[in-house]
Amino acid sequence: MRTDPFRRGILTAAVSGLALAAIPFRASALDLATARALIDQLVAEVNRIINSGETETQMFADFEKVFAKYADVPIIARSALGVAARQASPQQMTAFTKAFQGYLSRKYGRRFREFIGGKIEVTDAHPLNENYEVVSTATLRGEAPFDLRWWVSSKSGRDLFYNIVIEGVNMLATERTEIGAMLDQNNGNIDALIKQLETSG
Amino acid sequence: MLRPRAYVMAWRSGRPRPGTCELRTVQLMTSRLFSPAAGRRLLPAALLAAAALSACAPSKGPGVINDPYEKQNRENHAVNVALDTHLIKPASQAYGHVLPDPVRTGVSNFAGNLSLPSYVMNDLLQAKVGDAAQNTLRFAFNTVFGLGGIFDPAGALGLHAKSTDFGATLATWGVREGAYLEVVVLGPTTERDLAGTVVDAVTNPVMFLLPNVPRGYPIGVKVGSALGNRYKYNDLVDSVLHDSADSYAQGRLIYLEKRHYELGQKPPAANDPYEDPYAN
Repeated sequence: MRTDPFRRGILTAAVSGLALAAIPFRASALDLATARALIDQLVAEVNRIINSGETETQMFADFEKVFAKYADVPIIARSALGVAARQASPQQMTAFTKAFQGYLSRKYGRRFREFIGGKIEVTDAHPLNENYEVVSTATLRGEAPFDLRWWVSSKSGRDLFYNIVIEGVNMLATERTEIGAMLDQNNGNIDALIKQLETSG
Repeated sequence: MLRPRAYVMAWRSGRPRPGTCELRTVQLMTSRLFSPAAGRRLLPAALLAAAALSACAPSKGPGVINDPYEKQNRENHAVNVALDTHLIKPASQAYGHVLPDPVRTGVSNFAGNLSLPSYVMNDLLQAKVGDAAQNTLRFAFNTVFGLGGIFDPAGALGLHAKSTDFGATLATWGVREGAYLEVVVLGPTTERDLAGTVVDAVTNPVMFLLPNVPRGYPIGVKVGSALGNRYKYNDLVDSVLHDSADSYAQGRLIYLEKRHYELGQKPPAANDPYEDPYAN
């Protein structure tokens, strides 16, 4: 059967119409206000932890809970693993994501522990391509305040952050570099990498 | 007057590709800004060296790290890691344990205060009048009410330093960043920033403001302040320098990202891992 270009045009228009109609529906799950509210909540929890007087181990456990609750850990883990994620089996991805979550919580927990006695405040939020960037300021005693940004997306189906940018240094890029180097150290063996991650950070 | 040509040739020799340089522009600008007064003879030469260094590196696309000297850089990095392990870290631990916190803070405040005139000079070269005013006010306030800068009453009022340097000035003037470099002792930098560091070192206005102070004195304070920082941020420095799987690559990324942020550059097309989880 000959394809009628006119009909094909209508079909394309109908499909793109559907796609267009779907966009505002999806975007309504997250807007500037909800992105900001999410990080407001997260920052309140972080502020509580850093001023709780807990031991280091307790703090790391608390940070991991916050991280699991507010971060899109699977996408961060996948991004950190880079191209190697294509070769990984689903079981390996699950194990890697779990090990990565612990590693990242300890690593960033250590950084956030340095904020003890200080506080973080959300100051601004704006769109970032199809996602949002929420800007916060960390104030530590006797030091100039510094810039802490959170990238928030609803593309996972939930409103979650997927990147932290500290004074321009972004977590996705540094972890991509670090995990890539660790994988090289382990001659590309993902299982060995997972084992190493369990004790790193 | 020193013969700048010779300097330029010296800097250029051995470089892979001279390419087209923005040398003339910078030469012109600097010759207008600074008269070769006695005692400042080094300045034009340093500026020319700066321009020669910065303008000739081949530029790369956005998001691509320009590191043609990686092999040499990695060797220098290994030296720096060894220096930290055997000298800087132990010295900073001794410094931190011997001097109580308020003394260390005083040294760091004092060193920071001595940097302000240099910031102001660079602010003016970048036509950032607001920052120049803020840094001048901070310098005046802390020098007068902070016992020569030992205390930081300005900071308590929210009047913080807006740090800058000649590398940032060169960036404002349109000089390209050039290649990434890791230099022994100085650490991560770029061709443009290294040139800036050299210029800042020989043009520090404090030398002209305090002509009677022995030359080594501000340097001693800076070294103390640097050891104090190494002590204060010990865990952070250790995690990057000694615990990273590839501390060279990690240091390079952190330096460049932080530097681009300081220079107000937009990060290259922000990565959206949802679009392509495998892309950079």
